[in-house]
Amino acid sequence: MEKKLLTKYWHDPNHKMLDGYLKNGGYAAIKKALGMEPDAVIEEAKQSKLRGRGGAGFPAGMKWSFIPKKTDKPKYVVCNADESEPGTFKDREIIHKDPHSLIEGIAICAWAVQSHTAFIYIRGEFTEEAKMLERAIQEAYDHGYLGKGICGTAFDLELILHRGAGAYICGEETGMLESLEGKKGQPRNKPPFPASEGLFQCPTVINNVETLAVMPWIVLNGGAEYAKLGTPESTGTKLVGISGPVKRPGVYEIEMGMPLMTFINELAGGMIEGKTLGAVIPGGSSTPPLTPVQCEQAKISYESLDKLGSALGTAGIIVLPDDFSVIEAMTVIARFYADESCGQCTPCREGTGWLYKTMKRIYAGKGAAQDLQMLSHISAGMKGRTICALADAAAWPMEGFLRTFPEAFQKAVTPKQAR
Amino acid sequence: MQLKPETKTKIKALLERYPRRQATLLPVLHLVQEDFGYLSDEVEELVAKELDIPRAAVSEVVTFYTMFYREPIGKYHIMACHNLSCTLMGAEKLIQHLEHRLGVQSKAHLGETTEDGRFTLTRVECLGACGEAPMMQINDKYHLNLTIEKIDKILEELP
Repeated sequence: MEKKLLTKYWHDPNHKMLDGYLKNGGYAAIKKALGMEPDAVIEEAKQSKLRGRGGAGFPAGMKWSFIPKKTDKPKYVVCNADESEPGTFKDREIIHKDPHSLIEGIAICAWAVQSHTAFIYIRGEFTEEAKMLERAIQEAYDHGYLGKGICGTAFDLELILHRGAGAYICGEETGMLESLEGKKGQPRNKPPFPASEGLFQCPTVINNVETLAVMPWIVLNGGAEYAKLGTPESTGTKLVGISGPVKRPGVYEIEMGMPLMTFINELAGGMIEGKTLGAVIPGGSSTPPLTPVQCEQAKISYESLDKLGSALGTAGIIVLPDDFSVIEAMTVIARFYADESCGQCTPCREGTGWLYKTMKRIYAGKGAAQDLQMLSHISAGMKGRTICALADAAAWPMEGFLRTFPEAFQKAVTPKQAR
Repeated sequence: MQLKPETKTKIKALLERYPRRQATLLPVLHLVQEDFGYLSDEVEELVAKELDIPRAAVSEVVTFYTMFYREPIGKYHIMACHNLSCTLMGAEKLIQHLEHRLGVQSKAHLGETTEDGRFTLTRVECLGACGEAPMMQINDKYHLNLTIEKIDKILEELP
């Protein structure tokens, strides 16, 4: 049922320590990579067709190939461990159970793009996780997998763990770069893209934790092997998290393309007693919800969820039972994005606030019929009009909830005596 | 008021590791907040001097991030998640229980502190542990799969 590439040794409590990791074949991939031309490593990443696991799904190998070969500037690798999209908790699991595969993945990426300084940007609230990573990084330094001349080669690599301080927007890659530079995490206009002018205006690769942590497998087994798994457009495996009232919430690694209901019923054990499935948010709170009928058609892949008007996002599935108000769910989501808007673009700063205020009014039973049109109108005015995608991330679920549950919204704005 | 000598040593080490001075600001603020409990105007001034960056550059960062405090907080900062997965699993009831038990109002960003200065109760957005909802964080530690009974036990066992 599960397909364990990344999670193969997670049952082993020693795997998180260097000794255990080495016993399970750890750090063989970086040794192999260091014996290859950097371009050949990029080629493997490209062939894997691995799409970035942070939510946007940009092909990882392609991202690496954008880093200029000839430049006088230093190059940087930044690992995005700012996991904050509501419903998403897979990277935290990787850090808990497999920190060395992340470090090894970072080393592989650094070799591929010829960078000598890498950062892990971890969200500030992950204090315990930061300690776990700090310990693993120290082990890697002590045994020559990081630092001067890694694995006995002439290749140097510094890895710095950098803690955020509580701001969802720092998960946006250029917001993250600003934050790493010691500033407010307000995203930058693109272009220039980070590959040419990123951290400290130098070429920078930014990859999600999961993207990097699976790289050792890709290097050892070959990108083509990885691409054989999953579907042609969604290759490989994916860590999928599931939360809400299901019997076995948690993170599971599956081959892409698994039917959504198979995942929910068989891996997550189905709904807890007395609860019936009402809706599913498939990929973190910015992805539009699916009805039970759509869930029957859905597969866990980029293309299947796109086709259904939603998205794979971070693959953080949130299951809503049918006795939970979709109006309340959307109010919580709207509150989140209003709270997290960094405030620099007007359509986002004002739009997220209006969505929240209007939803709050409707949830309190004080909504009016024209509020629904206004919600659509505000959402349309937010999308594609801002520096980063936070405004879109707030507008998508709003439009999705309106589209998917028109009756619930109609009912919510109808005066009680008229219902 | 001065920065502790051992904090100054740690800052020096950070300055050696980072390519630019200002890039050390977040880690430095974490260190300094640990020493002083919160970041007052005076502390901001000290940090700006130590890093040789404008005071405004420090202030704008302190006020941007939720984990930097501009005022004293309780010995235990309870950060209760009220995002969707936790709400689905009963977070509101737990937060109400905490409000009742502690006699304070929870709020986003920074909630109220009990009169004895022991607890601050803040509502926070997703902390990335949704599979073990409902959850809350007390200072550095995550507490997962919570129930009212569990919360009572956790609070009673705090030193």
